[in-house]
Amino acid sequence: MDCRIIVITSGKGGVGKTTTTANLAVALANEGYKVVAVDGDVGLRNLDVIMGLENRIVYTLVDVVEGTCRLNQAMIRDKRINNLYMIPTAQSRTKDAVTSEQMIEICRQLRKEFDYVLIDSPAGIEAGFRNASAGADEALVVTTPEVSAVRDADRIIGLLESMEKAPISLIINRIKPQMVKRGDMLAVQDVLDILAVDLIGTIPDDESVVTSSNKGEPLTFSNGSEASQAFLNIAKRICGNEVPFMDLSGNQKGFFSSIRRLFGK
Amino acid sequence: MFEFLSKLFSGGQSKEAAKERLQLVLIHDRNDIAPEKLEALKIDMVKLLKKYLDIDENGIDMNLERRNRSVALVANIPIKSSQRPVRGRKKNA
Repeated sequence: MDCRIIVITSGKGGVGKTTTTANLAVALANEGYKVVAVDGDVGLRNLDVIMGLENRIVYTLVDVVEGTCRLNQAMIRDKRINNLYMIPTAQSRTKDAVTSEQMIEICRQLRKEFDYVLIDSPAGIEAGFRNASAGADEALVVTTPEVSAVRDADRIIGLLESMEKAPISLIINRIKPQMVKRGDMLAVQDVLDILAVDLIGTIPDDESVVTSSNKGEPLTFSNGSEASQAFLNIAKRICGNEVPFMDLSGNQKGFFSSIRRLFGK
Repeated sequence: MFEFLSKLFSGGQSKEAAKERLQLVLIHDRNDIAPEKLEALKIDMVKLLKKYLDIDENGIDMNLERRNRSVALVANIPIKSSQRPVRGRKKNA
């Protein structure tokens, strides 16, 4: 297949970009694709710890652009699953350590070798975001059902459009069905009405996201939690499969009925 | 009953507030014009208006304003004098 390079971005910080990048990378590798997750957040490296690969870093993306090492020397192979790699970034550098041109060149090289390149973008709309997005074809915008996050998502969607990224798809993270049910949280449809963009995933607020980040084991390695299932579903949709969206309206009776609904029974 | 009442009066439905505030803030965000652009618009508009009216350029006040559910370009342009130039003379006299 032709390689697809996807930037994961949000505008607002703390909505789940890195968690999404890590989980989708694992889920896509699980689907049998060759995947690399790239940390695009120079100076605030986090993808390595979320993926649990922090102890294996020798070289970083900055070393590659500075010619200290070759690109494949900076790739860390995830031993837990076939065909999954991660490229860390430098922690002790600033956003301008990798320029847009350098990012485009790195993406050009990765395109030859991978099916999916996922780039974890920094928060914000400045140089860091622009450099991280420069080499990407498509974008996933992560938001939460909150006024500030949706507002920033709107801004970032406008910027991505002007950068001619397409398709741009939305992931709504940290939905609390019980709050949606009592009318105290924006529902999926409310957010979609406001942002007018295609939805590719809805993820319930799930404590297992915290425990998995504690352990450095992305949820999609095991298929136990609702959030894990949500990420696996998104990966399938990215691959072009039609998977029904989880019911997060708070009307389902319990966990098992929501899982049953997932499989359309 | 008490539960029902407290629900009615305290919690619940704050999403409507969120939705309404978001819609308003986004109208503004999406129509946001950079100050330089607004200044350029002002200069062009003054040029045009001067063809027809004697206006006080220093007194112009122009801004995007949020009103109820929409955003409007509000301009306050004072007209200097109501005196017409003397009429009825021969041109190039």
